[in-house]
Amino acid sequence: MNQGINVVGLYVDNQDEALAFYVGKLGFRVHTDVRNGPYRWLTVQHPDQPSFQLGLFMPGPPIHDEATARTLLAMVAKGAMPPLVLEVADCRARYAELRERGVEFTQEPVERFGSFDAGFRDPAGNGWKMIQAPKNAA
Amino acid sequence: MPQMNADPLQDPALLRRLLRAKDRMDAASHEAWPVQRLAEVSGVSQAHFARSFKQAFGIPPHRYLLTRRIEQATTLLRDTELSITEIAFATGWESLGTFGRTFHDITGCSPSALRHEARGKVQQLDRVPACVLKAAQRPDLTIAVLEKRRRKAKGTTPPSTKEVQ
Repeated sequence: MNQGINVVGLYVDNQDEALAFYVGKLGFRVHTDVRNGPYRWLTVQHPDQPSFQLGLFMPGPPIHDEATARTLLAMVAKGAMPPLVLEVADCRARYAELRERGVEFTQEPVERFGSFDAGFRDPAGNGWKMIQAPKNAA
Repeated sequence: MPQMNADPLQDPALLRRLLRAKDRMDAASHEAWPVQRLAEVSGVSQAHFARSFKQAFGIPPHRYLLTRRIEQATTLLRDTELSITEIAFATGWESLGTFGRTFHDITGCSPSALRHEARGKVQQLDRVPACVLKAAQRPDLTIAVLEKRRRKAKGTTPPSTKEVQ
C-alpha cells in the first residue's frame, strides 16, 4: 500500500453547491458521499490523483456547536482559509474553459518567470491558485 | 439578522459578498474604486459598505486598496524594467509625486531605493508560489498613511523599518 496524505478537507457552506462546483465545473470526481443523519462525509478527487481525496465538509453539529460552525463559515466566507493550489498543464486554456463554466476568477492568468498563475474561488469562499509550472522546471 | 454590537460575527453570506469586493480590488487595484462601485459589487448600501468591510477585514476599503497598489508597485519595481513614472501610473496613481510620497510613507524607503535593494537580495523564495509570496509581502498598513506621516514628523515612531521581510 501507499503511505501518505489521503484526505485533506475544506469547509464549505453548502455541500450540494460544493459538489456541483468541484465535480460539475472543475471536473473532479466523487470518491465518497455517505450520510449519517444530518452528517455527510463527502470527498472528491482530481481525476489524475487517485490516492488523494479532497473533503468537502460542512461545519455543524454533531462535530461543532452552532457558534463554532458559524465562526468557521464566516472565516471561509471572508477568504481567511489557507491557499489551495491546483497544478495545471496549461493555465490560460484552463482559465478560458473554467471561466466559460462560470467559475469565479479572482485573477486572470499572469506570467512570472515562465510560470503562469491565476486565481479563483469556490462558492463558499475558499481561494485557489491555479499554477502552470515553467517549462524547464524539474 | 439585526445589527448588534454584541455579535461581532457577520453573516457569512454578507462576508462572501464583501470578499467579492475585496477580490475585485485585488484584480484591478489600478482602477478607481469609489464606494458606490464597491457597494454594488457587494450588494450593500453605500452607507453600510465601508463599515461592514472594515468590520470584516480590519481595514477600511480604501486603505486596503492602497496596500494592494503598493504591493503591485513593489512587484513591478522588483521584477520589471518599467520606469518609476510608468509604475506610478500603471498602479493607479494620478501623479508621480503622490506615488513617491505615499510609497515612502508606507514602506519607509523610496521606490528607487526599494528597487535597488530588492535586486541585490538573493531570492530564497522561489519555492513559494509567486502569487502567494506577493500577497505575503503586502505592506501591513494598520494605521492611516496620514497618521503614519504625522507620527513620523513628531518623532513618535522609531525610524521606519522595512515592513516586509
